[in-house]
Amino acid sequence: MAELERRANEMRVDIVRMIAEAGSGHPGGSLSCTDILCALYFGGVMEHDPANPTWEGRDRFILAKGHAAPALYAVLAQAGYFPREELLTLRKLGSRLQGHPDSNQLPGVEVSTGSLGQGLSIAAGAAAGLKLEGAPQAVFTLLGDGECQEGQVWEAAMFAAHRGLDNLVAIVDRNGLQIDGRTSDVCDPGDVAAKFTAFGWDAREVDGHDIPALVEALSAAKADRTGTPHVLVARTIKGKGVPFMEDQAGWHGKAPNAEQLEEALAALAADAGKEA
Amino acid sequence: MVKLADEAQAQVKKATRAAFGVTLAELAQEGVPVVAVDADLTGSTTTKKFADAGFADRLFNCGIAEQNMIDVAAGLAITGHVAFTGSFAVFGTGRAYDQIRNTVCYSNLDVKVAPTHAGISVGPDGGSHQMLEDVSLMRGLPNMRVLVPADYAAARAALRLAAATPGPVYVRMGRASVPCVYADDVELEVGRAYVLREGTDATIIACGVEVEQALKAAEQLAAEGISAEVIDAFSVKPLDEATITASVAKTGCAVVAEEHSVMGGLGSAVAETLARTHPAPVEFVGMRDAFGKSGEFEELLSYFNLDAKAIVEAVKNAMARK
Repeated sequence: MAELERRANEMRVDIVRMIAEAGSGHPGGSLSCTDILCALYFGGVMEHDPANPTWEGRDRFILAKGHAAPALYAVLAQAGYFPREELLTLRKLGSRLQGHPDSNQLPGVEVSTGSLGQGLSIAAGAAAGLKLEGAPQAVFTLLGDGECQEGQVWEAAMFAAHRGLDNLVAIVDRNGLQIDGRTSDVCDPGDVAAKFTAFGWDAREVDGHDIPALVEALSAAKADRTGTPHVLVARTIKGKGVPFMEDQAGWHGKAPNAEQLEEALAALAADAGKEA
Repeated sequence: MVKLADEAQAQVKKATRAAFGVTLAELAQEGVPVVAVDADLTGSTTTKKFADAGFADRLFNCGIAEQNMIDVAAGLAITGHVAFTGSFAVFGTGRAYDQIRNTVCYSNLDVKVAPTHAGISVGPDGGSHQMLEDVSLMRGLPNMRVLVPADYAAARAALRLAAATPGPVYVRMGRASVPCVYADDVELEVGRAYVLREGTDATIIACGVEVEQALKAAEQLAAEGISAEVIDAFSVKPLDEATITASVAKTGCAVVAEEHSVMGGLGSAVAETLARTHPAPVEFVGMRDAFGKSGEFEELLSYFNLDAKAIVEAVKNAMARK
């Protein structure tokens, strides 16, 4: 598992570097979901083939919280969907790495996202589509906790349970912050797992920075085809891995300057050293 | 010349929405991977007929949740299906505009937004349900094509075109029964307008239920010695600029008639075209920056000046400005 933590650390380095180079972007919510994406793509949870991004046998991943694009780009680049050097073109004119993921430009992106609240519906539709064809693949989607304020999330929750979409696994990045502050102060999503349970889902909580625990929970959810959709509410820290960004709403959508980038990279290098 | 209804067919009145479910069933029988996603209106939109034809597993009823409906269709599209969405036009576009814009159109997915009960045809339900801005909303979206069929046969053709055309397509259907303009097996093309009646003094460009009104207006004008050309611009986007320009170059003026706001719909599309290709007087028959009202469809056509009489007057006004 040290290997997975090393990969997550490298993803974090890429995330802060690309956002600093772009001069804008969303570091906080990208760093909070880094370990989740690392577990999905490198922990053996998802079947996928970077050499053949549209391989029929792949599991699907939909980034509902599209503003965490840097985390998705970091994992896709590291997996080999496109060259890692391209990460530094993020948000620039002519780049395939749009501010929010664009499925018509970048291999490995199933559908364009960025407008919050839609990913769970798209994932439910994809899960229903796979079931209709008798395909065994699973659909994973990652939502923000602030995103759960969107009413459509609960339309999708009702639909997925009603349809018994047990090939659907949602993960909620419960970092407790959104642009305007604490989710509990802005408009409290409350007990997210209990809400999904009430909608008829199999809901569990998990430490969103414990990669072995994530791999285990995600794999178990994927394998469990007993008639209910699955949600993992992942307790996370916004900005995780960069101490001055951790648990700070101010780092939701702000790029580090040159000095802050050095400080972030030093902290991540120290973490890597500890892990080695 | 496109195949028109013969005299017997022209006596038959059918709603465009009636083509929805049966055409989906026809496509499924032909092996097209169609699915329908609706929002508790499967009887009204007729998607239930698709389910009843042996395709119950291909109809996804989302309940009263139109935003979810559009994105579920998007998910079905990314897993290899041609997904048609239903509901009423007011909810199926306006309530879910962001889903249509940011997911369906931005990702360029095989989702066919095909709501029914558009315009004032929904009648007694009143202004809350009479969608008169949907063409404007859909026309402004990159990647979206907009088809507004005039009758049952054209609706069937439009639905088949939507299935055969990769990417997002909007098909606008109504509730009211309207006379058949086209032969039952008519085939139409995306991007083409059809000259239904030739004339020399003015061009009437119409879509949807206004095609019938335009043909009636042309009859009335003929009795007064005015020769009006009638064009069905069922493909509002892409618009057949060549056919429309050639006609207006010949007649010297145009009237655009639509069961929709005069802002942003077919009238705007035609004016945008003629401003570039052949500036000429254009008059607009449509809703004037207003909501609808309860009433029967035929009453409302007359109340809101959307009937043949209004088109006749508009033609005279356009001709006077030549």
